[in-house]
Amino acid sequence: MSFAPPLASFAGAIEFIFTPQESNVTGGKKVGGFDKTVELLIGQIEVTVLALAIALIVALPLGLYLGHRGKGELIAVGVANAGRAIPELAVIALVATLIGVGIQNVAPVLAILGLPPILNNAYVGVSQVDRATVDAARGMGMSELAIVRKVELPIAIPTVMGGIRSAAIAIVATATIAPLAGVETLGDFILNRNVYGENGLLAGALLVALLALTLEGLLALLQRRLTSAGLKVKTA
Amino acid sequence: MRTDQTRMRVLLAALAALALTLGIAACGSSDDSTTSGSTESGSGAGTIQSNPDNGKVSLTIGSKNFPEQEILGEIYSQALSAAGYKVKSALNLGSETVALKAVKTGQISGYPEYASTALTSFFGLEPEEVPADANEAWEKANEEFEKEGLEAFEPTPFASANAVGTTTETAEKYDLKTVSDLEGVSEELSLYGSPECRQRIDCLAGLESLYGLKFKSFTPVDIGLRYTVLEKGQADLSILFTTDPQLSAESDKFVILEDDKEVFPAGNIIFVTEKKVAEEAGPDYEATILKVQEGLDLKVMQELDARVELEKETPKQAATAYLESAGYIG
Repeated sequence: MSFAPPLASFAGAIEFIFTPQESNVTGGKKVGGFDKTVELLIGQIEVTVLALAIALIVALPLGLYLGHRGKGELIAVGVANAGRAIPELAVIALVATLIGVGIQNVAPVLAILGLPPILNNAYVGVSQVDRATVDAARGMGMSELAIVRKVELPIAIPTVMGGIRSAAIAIVATATIAPLAGVETLGDFILNRNVYGENGLLAGALLVALLALTLEGLLALLQRRLTSAGLKVKTA
Repeated sequence: MRTDQTRMRVLLAALAALALTLGIAACGSSDDSTTSGSTESGSGAGTIQSNPDNGKVSLTIGSKNFPEQEILGEIYSQALSAAGYKVKSALNLGSETVALKAVKTGQISGYPEYASTALTSFFGLEPEEVPADANEAWEKANEEFEKEGLEAFEPTPFASANAVGTTTETAEKYDLKTVSDLEGVSEELSLYGSPECRQRIDCLAGLESLYGLKFKSFTPVDIGLRYTVLEKGQADLSILFTTDPQLSAESDKFVILEDDKEVFPAGNIIFVTEKKVAEEAGPDYEATILKVQEGLDLKVMQELDARVELEKETPKQAATAYLESAGYIG
């Protein structure tokens, strides 16, 4: 006859992650535990990676192109800012109603979150590259594509990567609402308090935070590797 | 014209109330009139009287965050404020666990809960142990609530339960009438339900263990999408509610399968509150709640759900319409 579960505790949440716990609504079956955690963690990573990939494919080339041409600031910044104003939960609900549920529908919706920072930063990063440098490259006979690839992008890398990192964090954090549209992620622990209890809720939140930090760390590492030695010396 | 009549009624009601209080000491609330029910707007006696003593009491009425609960929350809130209470509402509590905790910590005064949910979720009963009789279920729940310093008021006439639903086409194709009919075909069928359905014994877990069914897949979706996924053809089966307006408004499109092994206990609404709150609020608190829920039978509840879910009225509008048409408020 257990009544309202005790308040969540850090220790309880850690235990929940590794060992299945009692629940009031499952008819005696235990919930949570390591296997479930891993399953949901993989679900969260899957949808995040897919969404980030979509956002990159759409926004990065566009941002680089607009930045290179030095035109379309209105588009880049306008689209980016409009994108930030979209409430993600509403979009997921709308898409789920109009198109359907599942990862193939949820990932593109989450990708919308990644478009603004990627587009904006790619545009700003490239358009701020010293024009004299670009002219020099052009004077050496480099093609426009080569200029973007070999001159502008390497110089703009810190800014471009900054956008990608914001996008990744926004996507991974928002992927917690995906269980409302047929994709099981760590949000399952957070949304289903009746099943998992307070410790499950806290465990879910901790895991999402940890995942976000890990992702941020990995991307920071990648950024350092991609940044050319010359730039590093200058900023250091 | 209509509003003139209403005003007239209020005036008469006020006069009647005055006469009563002047005459004999008025006996709290008006249980006196026999069945003021849903017959063409109640007489003056059915109208909720504002009691100036209640003005000192502030109440916060809660509800869970889906239409039926929000409508009930609104009905209780509006009725209590008509009775003279200072009423705030918090109609967005995520789950019964959250709602119960809000009652116990005093963040809300009370909220409507399904007796079946209270028994299975708070007090650990198996679904088949939930009494089918509404009063029995209420008494059992109340016994447990009292141990915690809480109290549940008498149940509503209507009961609501989860149900396995499908389209009429699918039902015909596989010749489905009861949940047991799914035996042998469930492995070809996909089931959609709320995220927590998967592990609940009064949902997927029960269908698997008590009926021995295995489904092709279970996909969690927001509760609001339970008909959309059927309409879009994504789901073969979806977890619905027996009070859903779609079941009567679109009975040619959707059917529910009879729960022949009773995995989904039916629940009447009981209003859960703290004893201390009920004492401080005085007799009008319980009396008003019981009074306005008298008219809530299955048909009325389905109609109210339809107003919100199909006709896109707000829960507030639907609640006001109900209270006015039943003559509880002027």
